[in-house]
Amino acid sequence: MSGLRYLLIGAYFGFVLVKAEVVSWYRIQEMFRFDAFHMYGVIGSALVVAAITIWAVRRFGLRNHAGEPIEIETMEPGWRRYAYGGVLFGIGWALTGACPGPIAALIGAGLWPFTIVFAAAWLGTASYGLMRARLPH
Amino acid sequence: MSEFVELLRSPWPWYLAGPAIGAMVPLLLFTGGRRFGISSSFRHLCAATGVRADYFRYDWRREGGWNLLLVAGIVLGGALAGMLLTDPNPVAIAEATRADLTAAGLTLDDRLAPREIFSLAGLLTPAGFVAMIIGGFLVGFGARWAGGCTSGHAITGLAELQRGSLIAVAGFFAGGLVTTYAIWPWLFS
Repeated sequence: MSGLRYLLIGAYFGFVLVKAEVVSWYRIQEMFRFDAFHMYGVIGSALVVAAITIWAVRRFGLRNHAGEPIEIETMEPGWRRYAYGGVLFGIGWALTGACPGPIAALIGAGLWPFTIVFAAAWLGTASYGLMRARLPH
Repeated sequence: MSEFVELLRSPWPWYLAGPAIGAMVPLLLFTGGRRFGISSSFRHLCAATGVRADYFRYDWRREGGWNLLLVAGIVLGGALAGMLLTDPNPVAIAEATRADLTAAGLTLDDRLAPREIFSLAGLLTPAGFVAMIIGGFLVGFGARWAGGCTSGHAITGLAELQRGSLIAVAGFFAGGLVTTYAIWPWLFS
């Protein structure tokens, strides 16, 4: 089973998230107050690495480990789901100080109250699934 | 040796941390053809726990097993960095933020999140309840509505030049600013 590789990549990511302090509620507060460059530097330079990767995949038609071409799908058109969902997510992010990856990393780092945040996020996702048909997308 | 441990314990500057996070995109694309994104794990978790909605009716093991393992790995990595190689110093945030939060009456402690808000006792206060329960709910709800979170939209989606991701990231920021300048001052007052 190739699952071990994802466990290892995840462990690498969790380690980096804590070392970068992007899991810290204080750092998120600082970011939304424009008081420091740290978070912008982290997200910006991560984006640069990601963008070079995607550019190379498109430009050279790069393939994955199994030799299959990597396809980059275009997201569905429209703006409502991105705008409405994005704003709600942003409010949640600034309240908890953690997006989904950091919630998991914080639980690992021993901040047990984030299991409650995790459960609330599960409930939020479940609620979205239940009322999805009635929401604008 | 102690200097090496010291280095492992200390936080990383943005120019090391950012590219290390961005490396998740090639790591997942080239080793498994997977697109970097974390919040779908909550959808797979809902499917695995049997939430009854069409949205959760699919083979979650096949489509989302890798994503759930990734999240399990994040917990382990967080434990390694946060419990074994703990940074003994408090997070060095900007003086302006520190002054602002202190003036609002918050006790800044040496953890990654203030204990006053993120604890069982905090859950019984308005700020703690809103931050943990409402905040967590909105993270889960908003990420699925928008079709991604910070990783899927702000990193992968923007790198792919997706129009939807640009709208979503603008939304993340708008929501964050509303919270910082309207909701938090109200909660702290």
